[in-house]
Amino acid sequence: MNNTLGGIVKDGLWNKNVVFAQLLAMCPAMAVTTSGTNGLGMGLATTAVLIVSNILVSMIRHTVSSQVRIPVFVVLIATLVTLVDMAMNAWLHDLYKVLGLFIALIVVNCAILGRAEAFAVKNGVIASAVDGLAMGLGFTGALTMIGLIREFLGSGTLFAQASNLLGPSFAFLEMKIPGYGGALLMILPPGGFAVLGFLLAGKRVMESRIEERARAATGTPDAITT
Amino acid sequence: MDFASFREKMAYQPILLGVFALLASGALAWASNATSDAIAAAEAKDLRDSLSEVLPRGLADNDFLKDTLDIERNGKPVTIYLARREGVVIGAVFKLAERGYAADIQVLMAVDAEGRTLGVRVLKHAETPGLGDKIELAKSNWIKSFDGKSIGRPPLEQWAVKKDGGVFDQFAGATITPRVVVRIVKGGLEFFAAHRKEILGEKS
Repeated sequence: MNNTLGGIVKDGLWNKNVVFAQLLAMCPAMAVTTSGTNGLGMGLATTAVLIVSNILVSMIRHTVSSQVRIPVFVVLIATLVTLVDMAMNAWLHDLYKVLGLFIALIVVNCAILGRAEAFAVKNGVIASAVDGLAMGLGFTGALTMIGLIREFLGSGTLFAQASNLLGPSFAFLEMKIPGYGGALLMILPPGGFAVLGFLLAGKRVMESRIEERARAATGTPDAITT
Repeated sequence: MDFASFREKMAYQPILLGVFALLASGALAWASNATSDAIAAAEAKDLRDSLSEVLPRGLADNDFLKDTLDIERNGKPVTIYLARREGVVIGAVFKLAERGYAADIQVLMAVDAEGRTLGVRVLKHAETPGLGDKIELAKSNWIKSFDGKSIGRPPLEQWAVKKDGGVFDQFAGATITPRVVVRIVKGGLEFFAAHRKEILGEKS
């Protein structure tokens, strides 16, 4: 594990991306991503919870004994999610109507407990906060990407109803392809798995290309002059 | 004894768990208290918005959110919001639900004093996206085909989708969903007819 701040960010966004590398949090990743807007909203809400839970877990890491750490973390995360749920219902009610069902699902997002266990419990507060932010943004990016692809193929729109989520000034994001009714399958669960599969394969191909190029650049010229 | 070895003691574990449970419930109680007013206000606004969707603007002059009546239907109370003008009930709005293709379809409908529908909206459903979700106004105007209809116009036996010999369109690929919505609206009109005097506040 690379523990410089830059390394943590790179891990979160790419190398150890929650969805594309760790394959965690598949439940929200499949359920919510019927549109880019839903993916983005779920990702941002999860990021907020992840940052705060990482900070708190890191702060109490010396107080909590290893025997009971799991129940303590579970209570902590469940409390945080409930707080977010209530706060959104009260003060961001329109957004809550769009995402309401999914907020409670953050509790069962294993990525959050996963980061608490794998990172925050062993690292300082600042590193843990950065890890939460990077992992959350990586998750948001993955969800938004899956959502956009499914939405584009499935209903022929991009960021539909984004102005509901982000405010009317973001209405410019909304796009519709004229004359395309959409392939329903992509909105239904099989479409989610198909898109995820293709994206995973794409990431593998990209990584092996990068690796090959790196090997070529560090001087084994014979290998490429065949 | 230093903290590190005390942390591993048996007695420390329940105390730790107890303290965390206490802190967590304290935080939740505080937050619930702090947000309950705002949540209630937001939900009341939602209800008012959806009620004014089915009730034409300017029809009623009372605060129909507070002017309600509970009548039992199939063993469950249905809250009826009374729309009045100058004190006379001119319409009733109520919410009904019935099982659709996937889960309950919740329908809000407004009926005028003569038993004609003023408006129908689907509040909540889990029908197949792209097929059954045309019952939403955002997706299709289909739900407006109930406006002005009453029991008798069309005749009772034609309160069905076209496939079943009725007057309402079904959607390509989805017959169950519109069938259920038609049945809910028809049931709502019959419910209104059965309790008309009670709802309008007339002496029988």
